[in-house]
Amino acid sequence: MKLVDHFQYGLNSPICLTWELTYACNLACVHCLSSSGRRDPRELSTDEAKAVVDELQRMQVFYVNIGGGEPTVRPDFWELLDYAISHDVGVKFSTNGIKLDKRRAAQLAATDYVDIQISLDGATAEVNDHVRGPGSYATAIRALENLAEAGFGQPKISVVMTRQNVDQLDEFKAIADKFGAQLRITRLRPSGRGVDVWDELHPLPAQQKQLYDWLVARGEGVLTGDSFFHLSAYGQALPGLNLCGAGRVVCLIDPVGDVYACPFAIHENFLAGNVRSPGGFAGVWRDAELFADLRRPQTGGACASCSFFDSCQGGCMAAKFFTGLPLDGPDPECVRGFGEQALTARSADTTIPRSDVDHSRSAPRNSRTPKGPVPLALSVRPARDCDESPLAGIALPAGT
Amino acid sequence: MSTNEPVTGPALEAGPVFDPGQPYRCSPSVALRPEPFGALVYHFGTRRLSFLKTPQLVTVVSGLADHSDVHTALDAAGVDPAQRPAYLRALAGLAENGTIEERV
Repeated sequence: MKLVDHFQYGLNSPICLTWELTYACNLACVHCLSSSGRRDPRELSTDEAKAVVDELQRMQVFYVNIGGGEPTVRPDFWELLDYAISHDVGVKFSTNGIKLDKRRAAQLAATDYVDIQISLDGATAEVNDHVRGPGSYATAIRALENLAEAGFGQPKISVVMTRQNVDQLDEFKAIADKFGAQLRITRLRPSGRGVDVWDELHPLPAQQKQLYDWLVARGEGVLTGDSFFHLSAYGQALPGLNLCGAGRVVCLIDPVGDVYACPFAIHENFLAGNVRSPGGFAGVWRDAELFADLRRPQTGGACASCSFFDSCQGGCMAAKFFTGLPLDGPDPECVRGFGEQALTARSADTTIPRSDVDHSRSAPRNSRTPKGPVPLALSVRPARDCDESPLAGIALPAGT
Repeated sequence: MSTNEPVTGPALEAGPVFDPGQPYRCSPSVALRPEPFGALVYHFGTRRLSFLKTPQLVTVVSGLADHSDVHTALDAAGVDPAQRPAYLRALAGLAENGTIEERV
């Protein structure tokens, strides 16, 4: 059996674990995958978070990707960072840069086993701030300047590819080079608030080809988080695993300890359990029914007969789910156009699933009015303490 | 995720000479995590992930420190003579990337 086949049947511990420490965020990016904004009062405490680190150490999870929300706004962020590192759990954290002043930059430059990803979704303030909010470009650049000045070795600039920034790939690379950083580009998913803006922001078919060609020609040393494997059907496979790792080699721990199959799947359908349960995170990873399902051989459904199935594996589960497409059919951005056909074929009363977890501020300063049908909640779950949305838990009639 | 990292395989071009007649050990900077396919290897120095693709290779690597040379470790793990060249190539690759090192 090939290594990648083993991966499909799941591993003893995840290879790539994302841990969102808080839903609190100083920004309100329109495409936020976790609909962050407000802190959740049930957030894991410092001690609970340390207990999770202890467990990761026992499970030999050698590093975690920490995100949020904005993880650095947690007052105990730096304490947890040190705790993880001193327990053999390396940390890569994603930040908008808000807390990376000269002092923190110097502290981080003196710390081993820490990687930093600065989010930047436009190579110019105009393009970036359109999705990430006013001032966010300047904040990110200032953080990069501080890190470079402190001598922090190779931070990453993390870019979500959109219709507005595909043309800026060379400029992103130039910014990365200027600050001694490594460029990382990832795919926009219709997750979290992204469901509201996906139609407007996701790259057009010609841009997808442009992106693929750029990766093939200039992608040496550019990280992708394996997120463009659906583009491999254009021809040459892109470097990486080229498979959906959800629940198999990847998962997410959210700020309240809920464990989801993947960072882009914060929805009760992909909720496997909670780290506060008696078996802890290890119990969820090993025994969750959802994960057992994901680790069974997948049939490929409508895609199985496609000659490119081996290279794209039907694409991204979350992208399908949050556009209302069946999970065993084509990805909405299928490079052969089957996804577009499937999107067009959705009937007027197709419910677009929406996460029941929403920490957006009631009046996000960078929000937009959703266009088209109002997304529906697939099912009702008890309202949470932190649900600020007036629509929380209420299913609206379609087509309003 | 760091799966763009090289998977252990054939020896790379340059680097320290791998001599299976010498005593070796798994690097103290390395942790092996048992997995169904073999083991995941993490090097705390280079922060690289790689993979040992068979359980038998895990036995060999873990057992290196207990044997006078690599050949003896291969014998002790019961490696099929027909497989020996492939295992030696894999071990040369592991020496190259710092997973195993000569014992002094």
